[in-house]
Amino acid sequence: MSTVKNTNGVGKKPAKAPADPVAAALNADSATLDGIPVEDLRVAGDGGATPVRRRDFIHIATVSFAGVGAAAVAMPLVSQMSASADVLALASIEVDVAAIQPGQSIKTSWRKQPVFIRNLTPAEVEEANEVDVGSLRDPQTLADRTKPGKENWLITLGVCTHLGCVPLGAASGEVKGEYGGYFCPCHGSHYDTAARIRKGPAPTNLVVPEFAFISDTVVKIG
Amino acid sequence: MSFPWAQEYKPQGTVSKWVDERLPLPRLVYNAVGAGYPVPRNLNYFWNFGVLAGVALMIQIVTGIVLAMHYYASVDGAFNSVEHIMRDVNAGWFLRYAHMNGASFFFIVVYIHIFRGLFYGSYKAPREMIWLLGVTIFLLMMATAFMGYVLPWGQMSFWGAQVITGFFSAIPLVGEPLRQWILGGFAPDQAALNRFFSLHFVLPFVIAGVIIMHVWALHIPGSSNPTGVSVKGEQDTVPFHPYYTAKDGFGLGIFLIFFVAVTFFAPNMLGHPDNYIPANPLSTPAHIVPEWYFLPFYAILKAFTVDFGIPFTGIILIEAKLMGVLAMFGSILLLFFLPWLDTSPVRSGHYRPLFRKFFWFGLIPCLVILTYCGAQPPYTQWVVLSQIAAAYYFAHFLIILPIVSRIERPLALPNSITEAVTGKPLQTAAA
Repeated sequence: MSTVKNTNGVGKKPAKAPADPVAAALNADSATLDGIPVEDLRVAGDGGATPVRRRDFIHIATVSFAGVGAAAVAMPLVSQMSASADVLALASIEVDVAAIQPGQSIKTSWRKQPVFIRNLTPAEVEEANEVDVGSLRDPQTLADRTKPGKENWLITLGVCTHLGCVPLGAASGEVKGEYGGYFCPCHGSHYDTAARIRKGPAPTNLVVPEFAFISDTVVKIG
Repeated sequence: MSFPWAQEYKPQGTVSKWVDERLPLPRLVYNAVGAGYPVPRNLNYFWNFGVLAGVALMIQIVTGIVLAMHYYASVDGAFNSVEHIMRDVNAGWFLRYAHMNGASFFFIVVYIHIFRGLFYGSYKAPREMIWLLGVTIFLLMMATAFMGYVLPWGQMSFWGAQVITGFFSAIPLVGEPLRQWILGGFAPDQAALNRFFSLHFVLPFVIAGVIIMHVWALHIPGSSNPTGVSVKGEQDTVPFHPYYTAKDGFGLGIFLIFFVAVTFFAPNMLGHPDNYIPANPLSTPAHIVPEWYFLPFYAILKAFTVDFGIPFTGIILIEAKLMGVLAMFGSILLLFFLPWLDTSPVRSGHYRPLFRKFFWFGLIPCLVILTYCGAQPPYTQWVVLSQIAAAYYFAHFLIILPIVSRIERPLALPNSITEAVTGKPLQTAAA
């Protein structure tokens, strides 16, 4: 190609036979390929509209085999992206909640994510229970989200279910939003005193992680 | 490729001839950006911005490679290594500020380049493929810029990563596992930082590859021009070199003046002070804002606050979060369909009175408002304003453009580029 300088000069040079011997062999009816007559490769080729050749099978089998191999190689390339063993190993934490007074809350960290542990006041519990559950975007009662007899202990991930910001309201002096729970400053999601979504773009309530009270004052998260 | 009257590459010396017969790379360059590429004679300065975008990419690649020699992708060390670059590495402050502002200037020139295409109808037949590749480059740029912004591991880096990967969790069923797969954990951490560094390094070269295809596709029909009238003969074109190498060179000088002025005198003007605070996974900054070039899209994301469902039944079809994410991605993906939404055969906005009104008084103010609202906290008035602007954005492309294309009566087009330039009717056509 590189020696053909003028594309307008087609026809000046005599057309040469293709240099590729395989292409030449395939183009010629009576040619041989690797010394085997092409006719012999046909299984049912005599006059059939679509002759099936043994070579077709070999082509399909070869490409399929390579395809399976490529898919097998892709698996580790995809799965290496998932959370590694050391990340998954950060399974559970234990928190002493004895010092948290009613109305107070703390932030702790579990699986590299913030967790809010909140000791609700009786007024806040009442406020959460007064809400018509059917009217909520993500209908759950306070009892669904806490442990029996410990309804004042609201433990949730401090991760807004919209796009993952840490909502405000866990530390003293922070804005608690229009419903007295949490307020996400990023896109304006308001959560109530049971950390249920009430207003704004977040689709679900703040996630309640798996937790259990292993004594009256120690809670195990995860 | 190109027009029949394009000048032919004629290697002079023995070495040039020897090279040309074995690897005709100089011939390729000659035909792409040399005298062998005939270009309409009437291009204005808006046609500089493609070359400027290419230069901006080169600046990013060169400064980026040297920054990578000093940067350390670790949650404990990344922030400090950036400070080390700023304080200790010889000329490190310059290289980092150039890279940081280079990203902004890359987006500035690309946005002007896109608006040039939008106004002059550069996306229309036979140049649809150039446009599609261009939108692809834009998407790749956004991904690259986002991952680059995460690397210093400051507060905005971390929370930007949290919010943007959060988009994927909006997808039903597979969303949350997909997000964890992308991050390699439950929240942005070492795994995410490392892979973002890896991808941030490689994607610019992918962009360079798509740019080669973009330019290749451009050279099939040749450049468009401000009249939108196709080239009719040799009298309508001039060789790219020296005419447009000179014009682009002048534009490049102006571009670099602005670029170095900002880099030297206001290097943090376009950034956020919060990113000079090390990342803290337990505390979100009071106000998360993306880099300025993402603000219009961020405003569209924030505009969706109500679930989309069947009224009075309480059945939710699409949650607000998913709607916002879909709309945000849709606002860019929409551009892929633009060549088939605008059906007017007239390319240039100069000859389209109605289109031009909607462009200057509709689309441009709409994007200015979205950019402004994107930077505002989520208070009601800004949300409502961005809802109106977002609605207009989609209406502009999906409703207004198709209707305008049908009802508009375009102005009379000049018979040729030469006639438009000289004001004289076309004499005998040379070709």
